[in-house]
Amino acid sequence: MNKIEIGHHISQQFNTELEDIRQRVLAMGGLVEQQIGDALSALVDADIQLAEVVVRSDYKVNAMEVAIDEECTHIIARRQPAATDLRLVVAVIKTITDLERIGDEAERIARMALRLAEAGNGGARKHFTQIEYMGDRVRKMMHEALDAFARTDPNAAVAVWRKDQRIDEEYEAIMRQLITFMMEDPRSIPVVLDVMWSARALERIGDRARNICEYVIYLVRGKDVRHTSLEQMEKEARKGTGGAGA
Amino acid sequence: MEPETLLSADRVASVEPGTASAGAAPVRAPRPVPERSGNDTLGPQTGPDARSDVKIRVRGLNFHYGKFQALHDISLEIRERYVTAFIGPSGCGKTTLLRAFNRIYELYPDQRASGEVILDGENILDPRQDLNLLRARIGMVFQKPTPFPMSIYDNIAFGVRLYERLSRTRMGERVEWALRKAALWGEVKDKLKQTGTQLSGGQQQRLCIARAIAVKPEVLLLDEPASALDPISTAHIEELLDELKKDYTIVIVTHNMQQAARVSDYTAFMYLGKLIEFSATDRIFTNPQRKETEDYISGRYG
Repeated sequence: MNKIEIGHHISQQFNTELEDIRQRVLAMGGLVEQQIGDALSALVDADIQLAEVVVRSDYKVNAMEVAIDEECTHIIARRQPAATDLRLVVAVIKTITDLERIGDEAERIARMALRLAEAGNGGARKHFTQIEYMGDRVRKMMHEALDAFARTDPNAAVAVWRKDQRIDEEYEAIMRQLITFMMEDPRSIPVVLDVMWSARALERIGDRARNICEYVIYLVRGKDVRHTSLEQMEKEARKGTGGAGA
Repeated sequence: MEPETLLSADRVASVEPGTASAGAAPVRAPRPVPERSGNDTLGPQTGPDARSDVKIRVRGLNFHYGKFQALHDISLEIRERYVTAFIGPSGCGKTTLLRAFNRIYELYPDQRASGEVILDGENILDPRQDLNLLRARIGMVFQKPTPFPMSIYDNIAFGVRLYERLSRTRMGERVEWALRKAALWGEVKDKLKQTGTQLSGGQQQRLCIARAIAVKPEVLLLDEPASALDPISTAHIEELLDELKKDYTIVIVTHNMQQAARVSDYTAFMYLGKLIEFSATDRIFTNPQRKETEDYISGRYG
């Protein structure tokens, strides 16, 4: 059972339902990825229109979460899933919660972009290089987490999980630098605070992408690796189940 | 973390080397469920005497119907005062295994068992075993309710009279006790003289359970006890099992996997006469270790 199978149920309809929630999670992930990308572009390019699009589109992410949740409830009620099927449904429910929150963070960044752009403040510009750099990392991590989910690959999930450490370091570095700016020039504080919130939002996205990686390991290996050490997680991810005792 | 002693005490020694896995944990509250980390399915299996609360220990059991071998080298342990469920597709041998536990198969020629079924240290397959005594210690309830064509009262008193001489008062108390245990007393207390066959299917089945426990057996074998019952009666029976396991060791064969998931602490999955996986029920239904188990419980074809 190193590979997760969704199909091969005697009930063809059940196959379709499980495949459907999986596809919808990936679609939701795609939308959230785009929201992050647009929010960052809006911030860096001071693009008011784009920022407004991001803010207005958040309802789509929310609606998808509600719809997938509902479908999962139906599957539990009607199919009483067991084993891998059960873990898939649980992992999906948890994953979409994190995706929805990531969507909220993207919206938050877009609102900062709006504020900064409307204030016409060029003072924030010099901080954007780093935000852009960190944002690219976060987007990549997010994309790879969804990829690990799509391929149900626990080793990939661990590899992505590790990347969050770099993002956290990045965040620390930006914080230190921004604090220096504020100390040098107190008039910059309002602007720098907005930049700080954006960095904070990106850091949170990294944490939530990391959660998604943990659900992938749970889905494939049946082990809950939340709140364990990286070593423990790697061990679980590497470990094959299914007939390993034979 | 749980103390180390608990971990070893709660290990279910298993069964067919290399096929079944060691059980992870009991699920009965409020006893803590130890979660062992690491290679728990691979570790050395605890020796047979490592656990003191094994009620029935099966060792290398083979079973033949004439020339057909229905069970292949089954080894497993049934814990005292827990519910153990046998699941598997039709013809996998689960009922055959259950029937070996009270040697009821001996009613038929050409059926024979070899190996060991050890009840409290005594091999019940030993030909010297007193069968009447054995069946008093191990009660059985069948798929179809089989009340005797006599009054509700006598249905229960009948079995008791075979083993015990009780005064009229004491017998009345015993009948009431058994009916109360089987959650039937309230429904029949005013019509104990009526024949048992007039009761509804679910009531008849609970009457059979009352009859089985009236002789105070140590083990209760249930062969698909709820498969002919409606959901309400089924819920009554399942609720009853929860109550009964405080005093009895229960082994249940069921086709209904959700039922096994609901009522049992341990689940054994059998296929083609072999024990494929035997583990804590929680584990079997969330993270089975064998592909055959996974396919069966999630409704896949192999």
